[in-house]
Amino acid sequence: MEIRPYPFTELDNLELHPGYLELQRDEPVARVRLPYGGDAWLATRYEDVKTVLADPRFSRAAVMEPGADVPRTLPTMPTETNILSMDPPDHTRLRRLVAKAFTARRTEQLRERAQEIVDGLLDEMERQGAPADLVEALAMPLPITIICEMLGVPFEDRDKFRSWSEAAVAITAFTHEEIIAANQSLRVYIAELTERKRAEPADDMLSVLVAAHDNEDRLSTEELVSFGVALLVAGHETTANQIGNFVYQLLRHPDRLGELRADLSLVPAAIEELLRITPLGGSAGFPRIATAEVELSGVTIKPGEAVFVNNVVANRDPSVFDNPNELDFHREHNPHIMFGHGAHHCIGAPLARMELQVAIGTLLKRFPLLRLDGDVAFKKGRLIRGPQALSVRW
Amino acid sequence: MSKWTIELDRGACIGSGMCTSMAPDHFRLDGGTSTPINETVEEDEAVIDAAESCPMEAILVRSTDGTVLAPQP
Repeated sequence: MEIRPYPFTELDNLELHPGYLELQRDEPVARVRLPYGGDAWLATRYEDVKTVLADPRFSRAAVMEPGADVPRTLPTMPTETNILSMDPPDHTRLRRLVAKAFTARRTEQLRERAQEIVDGLLDEMERQGAPADLVEALAMPLPITIICEMLGVPFEDRDKFRSWSEAAVAITAFTHEEIIAANQSLRVYIAELTERKRAEPADDMLSVLVAAHDNEDRLSTEELVSFGVALLVAGHETTANQIGNFVYQLLRHPDRLGELRADLSLVPAAIEELLRITPLGGSAGFPRIATAEVELSGVTIKPGEAVFVNNVVANRDPSVFDNPNELDFHREHNPHIMFGHGAHHCIGAPLARMELQVAIGTLLKRFPLLRLDGDVAFKKGRLIRGPQALSVRW
Repeated sequence: MSKWTIELDRGACIGSGMCTSMAPDHFRLDGGTSTPINETVEEDEAVIDAAESCPMEAILVRSTDGTVLAPQP
């Protein structure tokens, strides 16, 4: 069996490397070699990916075992456990602390606030006049404002934590030392913030976590800090980049864009379809370790072996999606797994959906002549893909 | 030990796999949505965890006398 270097090259303009779709067709569970830590399996079919993500025979926590040398993209093994590297029931204990705040019902209550923020940002963009960089004008400030308000992080600190966050989700875009230092800065920042919440509790998520730590002993100090960092970084990097990606995708597909402008009631379905098709992940993602023998598409995974999945590729599986490479806002059934599957299914999924609907819907309604102003350069060498800037006119 | 009942709103369920991962003894995915393996179960905190963690709040857990145990409002 051929062993392929992984991850594959990141192509320009949100293109997906054709090697992924070839693997899905010809070798759905393939052998890959990571830059560090050796070889692993890569699963690309929808059902296999869901199995790896949800079956308890695959562990995230095993990655953190002392002495583990897991296939990876960075030179050193991660040293700090966070919610992404835990299994149930430890993972459940942490997730439950904030799950309530992220349900679809609670998130819907924030829609009005999101609309107010978007309206204000677009007012300001219009006032300053074209051309505008949509990344700075809308894509970044919307999710940052919302997650700051939910967590209780001062919005005035955004420049500081944005630069750390930018490096913390890097693979090769920054040096290894810079990535480690950025992660450390985020930890120190959140640790200081939790001290302030301890002294002056507020109606926010960090205060809830501090109380769960202090009064109920439901999480350790390290878990408290790691969880705060994870919520802050994941709470804005993903959605911010997707807003930029989605605007870019729409402006590149004038037929679909016209269809959407003619009928804005299609916005929620369009967001689901853009979630399905847009390759947000720019790297290998997080591996699982098999804890028992498992068969995937006829390949036997042995205990201790690492498995990577690619949910972007799974979302193009022709056995689940008709014409999988077509952007189609009229799919009757769109069970994409952009938000993952199983215990680690994105806790912020309802929030991200709502923010994307409000941002994209309002932008299209308000600027019927919105168009790109020149070429778009994308960030590279990070966990998450997105435009560096998105210069637009209207 | 008293029994609990599990009700699942399949119209609300999005098949996130949250409950099947947190409480694999109690839920399975069937045609893209979750279904309780048994609608009446022995008390088990994992069922509460699943109901409290469901992003759609599609799982309702009741005690024998009908009191809603999860999700909390």
